[in-house]
Amino acid sequence: MKIGVVTFPGSLDDGDARRAARLAGAEAVQLWHADSSLHDVDAVVLPGGFSYGDYLRCGAIARFSPVMESVIDAARGGLPVLGICNGFQVLCEAHLLPGALLRNAHMHFRNRDWKLKVESTSTAWTSGYTESQEIVIPVKNGEGRYTADEKTLDMLEAEGRVVFRYLDGNPNGSQREIAGIRNEAGNVVGLMPHPEHAVEALTGPFGGGTDGLAMFTSVLSNLGAKA
Amino acid sequence: MTTIDTVELAEKNPDEEQPYAELGLQADEYERIKEILGRRPTQSELAMYSIMWSEHCSYKSSKVHLRQFGEKAPKSDRMLAGIGENAGVVRVSDTLAVTFKVESHNHPSFVEPYQGAATGVGGIVRDILAMGARPIAVMDQLRFGAVDHPDTTRVVNGVVQGVGGYGNCLGLPNIGGETVFDPCYQGNPLVNALSVGVLPVDRLQNKAAAGVGNVVILMGAKTGRDGIGGVSVLASATFEEGSEDSRPAVQVGDPFTEKLLIESCLELYDAGLVVGIQDLGGAGLTCALSETSSAAGLGMRAYLERVPLREPSMLPHEILASESQERMLLIVSPENVEAVLAVCEKWGVLGTAIGEVTEGERLVISWNEHVVVDCPPGSLADDGPVYARPLREPADLILLQADRAETLPRPSDLRATLLTLVASPNLCDKGWITEQYDRYVLGNTVLAQPEDAGLVRLDEESNLGIAIATDGNGRYTRLNPYEGARASLAEAYRNVAVTGAEPIAVSDCLNFGSPEDPAVMWQFAEAVRGLADGCQELGIPVTGGNVSFYNQTGTVAINPTPVVAVLGIHEDVTTRTPMGFAEAGHTIALLGETREELSGSEWAWVEHGHLGGQPPKIDLGHEKKLADVLRAADLVSAHDLSDGGLAQALTESVLRRGIGATVTLTGDAFVALFSESAGRVLVTVKDVDALRAAAGDIPVTVLGTTGGDKLTVEGQFEIPLTELAEAHQGTLGKLYG
Repeated sequence: MKIGVVTFPGSLDDGDARRAARLAGAEAVQLWHADSSLHDVDAVVLPGGFSYGDYLRCGAIARFSPVMESVIDAARGGLPVLGICNGFQVLCEAHLLPGALLRNAHMHFRNRDWKLKVESTSTAWTSGYTESQEIVIPVKNGEGRYTADEKTLDMLEAEGRVVFRYLDGNPNGSQREIAGIRNEAGNVVGLMPHPEHAVEALTGPFGGGTDGLAMFTSVLSNLGAKA
Repeated sequence: MTTIDTVELAEKNPDEEQPYAELGLQADEYERIKEILGRRPTQSELAMYSIMWSEHCSYKSSKVHLRQFGEKAPKSDRMLAGIGENAGVVRVSDTLAVTFKVESHNHPSFVEPYQGAATGVGGIVRDILAMGARPIAVMDQLRFGAVDHPDTTRVVNGVVQGVGGYGNCLGLPNIGGETVFDPCYQGNPLVNALSVGVLPVDRLQNKAAAGVGNVVILMGAKTGRDGIGGVSVLASATFEEGSEDSRPAVQVGDPFTEKLLIESCLELYDAGLVVGIQDLGGAGLTCALSETSSAAGLGMRAYLERVPLREPSMLPHEILASESQERMLLIVSPENVEAVLAVCEKWGVLGTAIGEVTEGERLVISWNEHVVVDCPPGSLADDGPVYARPLREPADLILLQADRAETLPRPSDLRATLLTLVASPNLCDKGWITEQYDRYVLGNTVLAQPEDAGLVRLDEESNLGIAIATDGNGRYTRLNPYEGARASLAEAYRNVAVTGAEPIAVSDCLNFGSPEDPAVMWQFAEAVRGLADGCQELGIPVTGGNVSFYNQTGTVAINPTPVVAVLGIHEDVTTRTPMGFAEAGHTIALLGETREELSGSEWAWVEHGHLGGQPPKIDLGHEKKLADVLRAADLVSAHDLSDGGLAQALTESVLRRGIGATVTLTGDAFVALFSESAGRVLVTVKDVDALRAAAGDIPVTVLGTTGGDKLTVEGQFEIPLTELAEAHQGTLGKLYG
C-alpha cells in the first residue's frame, strides 16, 4: 500500500507524515506540489506547515497547485485524503470540506497535547478507533479556530460528520469544540491536531502516547479490505 | 542625479570630507583606511570599513581576550571546524557531525521586538546551514526587564511571537531555552538564539571563495533598504534617547523564503555543486564578499547592478550595507552554474551570478561600470583594529561582595516562602512562552522544555542523539564574573549530563555593557578567563560564539550575562533520563552537597530585592564525576538543582507528571530548601544501594519517597499538588496572556 504525502513549498510536517505512514506499514511516497501525477498512491496526506508561506490566507494558494487539481478529482472519486492542520485548511479552501479555520481566539500560536473524543469511526481514517474513544494528540497552530455558519454546523452534527471534538476545554475557540470533520462519503478527513506527532512513544505526547498511529493503520486496513 | 563616488573620484578629490565619525569610525581608524588604500576611501569603501571594523564584526575589544578559548582548548579529535567559522562543527559518530552556535540579536529586539527576535532566529539558522548542516532545532535565551514595567509587555509579546513566528514557520522544533526577568535589562533586553544542525561528515562546507574563475552566486531574497547599519548603528553603540529612530536599521524577516533557502542549499550540497558558501547576516554583502575572498587568499570581482533589488533606487553603498535577510553567497564552478540555478528555480528561490573569483588579493566591486570599491579583502575581514582596552574592577565590587545574603533575615513560614518563590517571574513555569513554539516538528524531539536539556534523536536506527542546554546567570556574574561564568558553564554541563548524555563541546554568547567602560571590560575579561579555564578543566572546547557589547543605557550596564551552551552526545536516546518523578514508591535522593549559599540566590532577590555576597562555589572536578555517575547509575529521573534550590527542583519534579513526594530534611530546613549550592542533582531510583555503589565519592542523601498528591516536607509543611500547580503555572499568563 502506498500513502502519498504532498510537499508544498513551506510544508513542514511532511517528513513526519511519511514516517507515520511507514510506521503504520505503508510505503510512503513524496508527492511534489508542481507535479500533477499522484504516482498511483492509494491514499494522500496533506501535511502541516505553512504552504506557500500561508500568504493571502492559509491554504488559499496551495489549493491551486497542480497536485491539488489531481487530489481534488481523486477525492471526489473516493481516494482517501487526510488533511492535517495546514492540510485541513487546504481541504476547506478546496471546498472538499465545509467551513474555514480562523486565527485562534486568544491570538497566540499554541502547542499543547490535547485530549480529543473520536466521534465518527465511519471514515477511511478513523475506523480503527472505537466510537467515543478518548485520545491524546498534540495541537500546534495559530489559525485553528474552526468556523462555519450555524446551518453547516447543524448539518455536520446531524450527519455525524464531526470526527474529532476537543475535550477539557478548547485550544483555539473552535465552534462546538470541533477538531476535525469528514466529507459525506467519509474518504476525506481534515483535523487541526497532529496525529503524525503521536506515533512513537519516544517522541509522542508527554508520557509516551501513540494515539495518532491508528489514523494511518485505519486507512491501510480499509484499503486492504477493499483490495 | 546623485554622483556616485568612484575610485577614480577618490583619487581625484583626495581631501573631500567624509562622515567617518557618524559611521562609527575613530579618526585613527580612518587614517589607517587611507593608509591601506593609498587614497581616501570611496563612499562605498567607507561604508564597508565602518561595518567590518565595527565592534560587532571585528571583535576589536574582545579579540585579545577571546584568544584564550583557542589557547586553553583541550585537544579534541571531534572538532572539524572551530572558532572563526560560521559555526563550530563536532563529529558525533563515524558518519555524522553536529554544528551549533548561540548568537545575540539584542539591540534590534528592543527597537522592534517581533522582527528583531525573528531575524535573530533566521540569522543563526543560516549560520548552521552555511556549514553544510540541516538545521534540526532552535533554542532561545531571553532576558527581559522588570515583569511589571509597562514596556516589558511590549517586548515580551513581540519577542516571544517573533521567535515562535519564525522558528515555527521554518519547521524547527524549539527544544528549550531560558527566560529571566530583571530590571537591569529594562532598556536592554537580551535575545539570544541557538541553532543546531546535523550533517554527514563529508558534507562539511566552508566559506573560502576558492578557484580563480569560479562564479559568485547570490541566492535568496531580494536586497532592500532594511537593516542598513544594523551592526554599526545598533549593535556597536549604546542606546540613547530616541532609539525608535533606529527602526529602519532593524531587518525584516520572511521565514518562508528561508525555508526554501534551506531546502535548496541542502539539495545543492548533496549534489556536490558548492565550492564555498557564506550566509549574509550582519554586514550583508560587505561581510560575505570580503570574508569569502579573504578566506581563500584570492580576489573577487563583483557587479552590484546584477544584485536583485527590492528598491531599484538603491545606491551602491546601500546595496553593500543592506542586511536584508534570507540570503546566501555561493561560490560555484562555471560548469555547475546552470545546475545550481535549476535547483534555485525548483524551489522558487532567486539565484543570480554577481561576480567571479579572481587572481590577486583585491576585492573589486563595480556598479554600472563605475568601480566603487578596490581594496584588499583581508583588510576588511581580518585586519581590523584590535584594542587592549583598559580594565578596572568595578569600584563597588568589594562592598557588594561584603554584603552577603547569608546574613539576611530568614522566614519562619517555609511553606509560604516556597509558594512565593515558585510563582516568582524567574522560577515560575514558562509554559505560556514555550507553548507558543512548535516542539514536535521533525518528529525527533525526545526531551524539550521544561526538561533540563533538549534531547534530539539524530538516527532512527541507532538512536544516537544530542542533548543541548544553555545557562547564564547575570546576578552571579555581577557578583563575581570569573566564578559566575564558570557557574553558567557548570550548570549547562550538568543539565546535559542529567539526561545521560556526555558533554563534548561549548558555544557561548557573551552579553555585556560598553567595552569603553573599564569596569565592564574587566567583567568581560574575567568572565572569558573563567569560561576558558572552566572548559579546559572540563576537557570540552569552545567551538564558537558571539560577543554582544553596548548592552547599556547611558552609563548603566546590564548585569554581565555570559550565556553558555553545552552540547552532549547521547548514545541511545531511548534510555534518556527525564526530570519528573515517574511513579509512586521510588526513592528520592540528592547527589552532591548542600552548603549555606544564599548570595545571588532567587530567594534573596525575590524576598529581599537583595544582590550581594559571593555566588555559590564551583568545583568542576566534582561536576565531571557527577556527570559520570549520572551516565552510569540506573536512574528513573534526574533534575539539576540551580536557581531556587531544592524547593524548586522538588516542585518541578512532582508537577511534571503529578506524582507527589514526601521528604525529610536534615540540618537547617531553610538552607536545605533554598540554598543554591552547585553540583547537585535530585534523582529517583528503584534501588538506592545500587545508586550508592554507582555514586563513588559523590555524596548521596536519601530524602524520601515518591507518591501521593502532595508535596510533603516532614515536620515542616505539606502542599497539595493542585495548590502548588496553581502557584507555579499561573504567573506569566496572568501578566501577558
